[in-house]
Amino acid sequence: MRKRKQIEEAIFMFLLRVSTYSLIAILAFIIVIIFVKGFGALNPDMVLKTPKGGFYYGGEGGVLNAIVGSLYIAVGASVIAIVLGAPAALYINVHLVRHKRTRNVIRYLLDALWGIPSIVYGAFGFTLMLFLGMNASLIAGIVVVALLITPIVVRTFDEVLSTIPIGLHEASLALGSTNTEMAFKVLFKQGLPGFITAVLLGFGRGIGDAASVLFTAGYTDLIPTALDEPAATLPLAIFFQLGSPIPEVRERAFAAAAILTIIILIISLSARILSKRYSRSNIR
Amino acid sequence: MQKRFITDKITWTWMLFSLILILTMPLIMGVGLYLKSAPIFEHQSLWQLITGSNWSPTRGNFGFWPFISSSLYVTILSFILAVPVCLFAGIYLTQFASGTLNKIMHPVIDILAGLPSVIYGVWGILIIVPFVSKVLAPFFNVTSSGYSLFAGGIVLAIMCIPYMLNMLIEVFNTVPAGMKEASLALGATYWEAVKHVVVRKSFPGIISAYGLGLAKAFGETIAVMMVVGNRIQVSVNPFEAGYPLPALIANNYGEMLSIPMYDAALMFAALLLLVIILIINLIFRYFIYKATQQ
Repeated sequence: MRKRKQIEEAIFMFLLRVSTYSLIAILAFIIVIIFVKGFGALNPDMVLKTPKGGFYYGGEGGVLNAIVGSLYIAVGASVIAIVLGAPAALYINVHLVRHKRTRNVIRYLLDALWGIPSIVYGAFGFTLMLFLGMNASLIAGIVVVALLITPIVVRTFDEVLSTIPIGLHEASLALGSTNTEMAFKVLFKQGLPGFITAVLLGFGRGIGDAASVLFTAGYTDLIPTALDEPAATLPLAIFFQLGSPIPEVRERAFAAAAILTIIILIISLSARILSKRYSRSNIR
Repeated sequence: MQKRFITDKITWTWMLFSLILILTMPLIMGVGLYLKSAPIFEHQSLWQLITGSNWSPTRGNFGFWPFISSSLYVTILSFILAVPVCLFAGIYLTQFASGTLNKIMHPVIDILAGLPSVIYGVWGILIIVPFVSKVLAPFFNVTSSGYSLFAGGIVLAIMCIPYMLNMLIEVFNTVPAGMKEASLALGATYWEAVKHVVVRKSFPGIISAYGLGLAKAFGETIAVMMVVGNRIQVSVNPFEAGYPLPALIANNYGEMLSIPMYDAALMFAALLLLVIILIINLIFRYFIYKATQQ
């Protein structure tokens, strides 16, 4: 009896370890494969040039248009998400701090919103565009991606704000500050690491999402110069080039995938570093 | 003095406005998609749309069953693959792992969750598709191009693991250590304590985390679409190609305005996704709140 349960434990401990370490292995596997395949075709032209004539038949050029387009969309969307998201998160933690039930209902809805797939946002953005009589454009892409990442920004920021002790609110209110001053001068400052994480998380999602911009941002070989022009995006550049039967073009898709992965890794890394740096000055 | 209070009023209004706008988004999206897909309901009943398997947009036949069944197939397949890994890794990280390992695993899970789906798609094409066609299919004595429901399921499983794992970790962390210690004191092995106390105590949370993972898998688009083959058919063979619902929308947006009713049909597909996923989310999020807020 005693023996059996110890054997069972040994077997399961083995399985638990294997499962956990397999995650590290999978991540390493993905990144190594993408880099090995991608760096083969990666050259300065890829990141410095827009597609030239015959690019999609293996001609000269790069994916600068897609890199810039993706950055435009992700930055624009992040700005909208900040303007809408940060106040919303502050509202939950300033004005609703004593209404536990309302707060929980709101968090519950935000979490559910987080679960909506990006293709649905894309389809909705498309109906919105038709409704407004717009064409696929940079601004449409920005708006749709903003819708997609705002719940993420709100919820992540809110998660950090909610850990701030209520005594800090009370101290600042007792000194005569208005709710707004308390929100921006005390809570925002204290929650800054969370804010940075939230924005970078949203930014990363925005730069990597393909399904939402597929309908709304269009695709072009040029770098957009105005908000109503279509914009190429990196995920779509990868997706379209991978569909090509020509090997050189497929190679470029791998290179573009390596670029996108590097961007995502940089964002993830900087989120960690920045949030660590800014949490040093926090009141604990 | 006065100015401070005016600023306060303005920011208060802006904060409330943003929050309400964000919270009403699902409703606005639902209504928008419904209005766009309304014409198709005059044409075919909801039941016909969902269970019909005749898909020929040019003749006005819209049966979504091949797509719905493909979606269900890859989702369930990915679910079966991801469930044990998530459960085991979640238990190990919260109950056994050292602080150092947790410190390493945190960024690993975050990066896995943060990788764009198109990257998973590229990786799937490079690794999983050849693996399915050259290793798995011969093993089961079938021929397959590799672009199959099975490949979709594997890629989807890997994408969903970090998502479900994060929630599982949260759920396991709410189990009080005292409960586990009590069972250890009674002579249980560590594994028994975990099996009978930790897992049982957090059972509702585990189910919810999986439910939410299921919803996420159901709506995942690009990665699945890149490896699943995109052929319209109802198949029980996992080595055959499939055509999930999100892929249908993503692949055909270009031509949908040129065929009558096609746009309504695709918007109906989006509405269907929205409703199914929102309902699953609302149900399981509720359980998660119940589970973690004790």
